[in-house]
Amino acid sequence: MGKIKGAIVVDTVRCKGCSLCVEACPQDVIMLAKKVNVHGYPYVEAVKEDACIGCASCGIVCPDGCIIVYRKKMED
Amino acid sequence: MAQNTDNILSPENVVYRKPKLMNDVQMHYCPGCSHGVVHKLVAEVIEEMGLEEKSVGVSPVGCAVFAYRYIDIDWQEAAHGRAPAVATAIKRLWPDRLVFTYQGDGDLACIGTAESVHALNRGENITIIFINNAIYGMTGGQMAPTTLVGQKTSTCPYGRQPELHGYPLKITEMAAMLEGTCYVTRQSVETVGAVSKAKKAIRKAFEASMAGKGSSLVEIVSTCNSGWKLTPSQANKWMTENMFKFYPKGDLKDTTGEK
Repeated sequence: MGKIKGAIVVDTVRCKGCSLCVEACPQDVIMLAKKVNVHGYPYVEAVKEDACIGCASCGIVCPDGCIIVYRKKMED
Repeated sequence: MAQNTDNILSPENVVYRKPKLMNDVQMHYCPGCSHGVVHKLVAEVIEEMGLEEKSVGVSPVGCAVFAYRYIDIDWQEAAHGRAPAVATAIKRLWPDRLVFTYQGDGDLACIGTAESVHALNRGENITIIFINNAIYGMTGGQMAPTTLVGQKTSTCPYGRQPELHGYPLKITEMAAMLEGTCYVTRQSVETVGAVSKAKKAIRKAFEASMAGKGSSLVEIVSTCNSGWKLTPSQANKWMTENMFKFYPKGDLKDTTGEK
């Protein structure tokens, strides 16, 4: 049976670390990194990548439009 | 697992990304500010309606003053509070354009009250997007006309007292009473569902403007986490618990279906 897989790519330079996407993610994929970007903001990253379902909740609530969301039906 | 992710990351699998009309320039807004989400919605709706070359925004004085840097359409900057007056002129001279203003509560509900109410009452075919965060964000969190009773700001550190400061102003309710308005609604952008409703409201307002049905007002109840001295997620929670009681969400007037 095909399984839906998702993935996100975060524009870490644009991200300001507001963490609204962390709250919006239903799968707890995203976490705030311990590193900061060139502007001095901590940024978010996908830590539980396998759990991502590509629902785009994170992208929709992101005020800075930093997240690109991908979704694909996997033919295992 | 790595090869799986590589497989997914191809352009045909993109389900969500920043709208093309949004410039790549870094936005000056504080982390978690609602302005960014509303900017995205405006850009998405204009793209979906195919009005990239036919839209004119009027930006306010306030945090959103630099809106012209972020959305790649024509913009005109107006003097403080005068955006609806400027938009009136643009729409009358250029009736085939989508003309909208993007104003905060300090701009629309305080210094620009007269211009806003009269433009709405004249039934100008413009849309006013009203970002209400109950505070003056840009200047450092002073009390605004929309500040809630009891809310603490830098100029009312003991909370707003009605006997001293008067009551919060419900501009949207006022607009709904005017003959000239065709669509008046109050939305918010704190959750995925709310963002989707807000986008539909903006689209409906823009369509009503283009169809010449009258003026539209879309209020977005927003957060100002820096002004409120909260984290972005705390600010969303505070807004849900306090702002929605006084500023209930939903359509206040909708005559767009009538002739």
